[in-house]
Amino acid sequence: MDLQNMNPSSLKSRFATRFLRALTKINAQKPISSSSSREIFQRYRRIKVAADKSMAYSVRSRRSWSRATLWRLRTRSPRSRLATLARRSSVKTRTTRAASHGATVVDRKSHGKENKEDGGVEAEELRELVPGGEAMDLCNLLDETAHYIKCLTTQVQVMRTIANLYSLH
Amino acid sequence: MSSRRSRSRQAGSNARISDDQINDLVSKLHQLLPEIRNAHSDKVSAAKVLQETCNYIRSLHTEVDDLSERLSELLATADTAQAAIIRTLLMQ
Repeated sequence: MDLQNMNPSSLKSRFATRFLRALTKINAQKPISSSSSREIFQRYRRIKVAADKSMAYSVRSRRSWSRATLWRLRTRSPRSRLATLARRSSVKTRTTRAASHGATVVDRKSHGKENKEDGGVEAEELRELVPGGEAMDLCNLLDETAHYIKCLTTQVQVMRTIANLYSLH
Repeated sequence: MSSRRSRSRQAGSNARISDDQINDLVSKLHQLLPEIRNAHSDKVSAAKVLQETCNYIRSLHTEVDDLSERLSELLATADTAQAAIIRTLLMQ
């Protein structure tokens, strides 16, 4: 990754800036005994959320998937009633989806109503992976997926570079 | 922007999304996938592309997870001077 000539307004640069800022904050909250496994796990959670958040903020509301991510992050607060409702309904869908995963592909295809319209079984799988995918029609889903993948690969690139830099002694 | 455009396109035809549109988007997705086992890269079915896309997204999620874990361990041992150096390196 070419660091010196990074375009300051590029997605990569915007994400790197935000993510580094978040990492610095997380690092600053480090207690004295900072290498217990519980501490490391909590820090891992915070870093992961910071990475996803930084990317979603770098894209802002220009994309359905980023809007969905930002909404999901905002309603994660335990005090929010919306969050509890969202969590309950997502657990329900996860359980029913897990149950139907046992069924064969043939069964699922025969149960799907507008299979050609919505892209079939594979598109359903994709809808679960792309934030906000459940509400998208096939066209938008494919479009959003392409952008989502580009952003994920950028996110991975930058995170890997930072990790490598931190590994240098 | 593009979602607004595609929405007005759909409002006009109203009925089915055109197959050409879908094929265009599917081939666009196909080009983003890593070219590991692509002997016949031009004639892959849409279902296969979607399947590969799902696998690719899952692997990316796993990578983010692993990197977050790695960073959490590195942060435990990093000192403030190191962090400052890294920040200046990446901000230039």
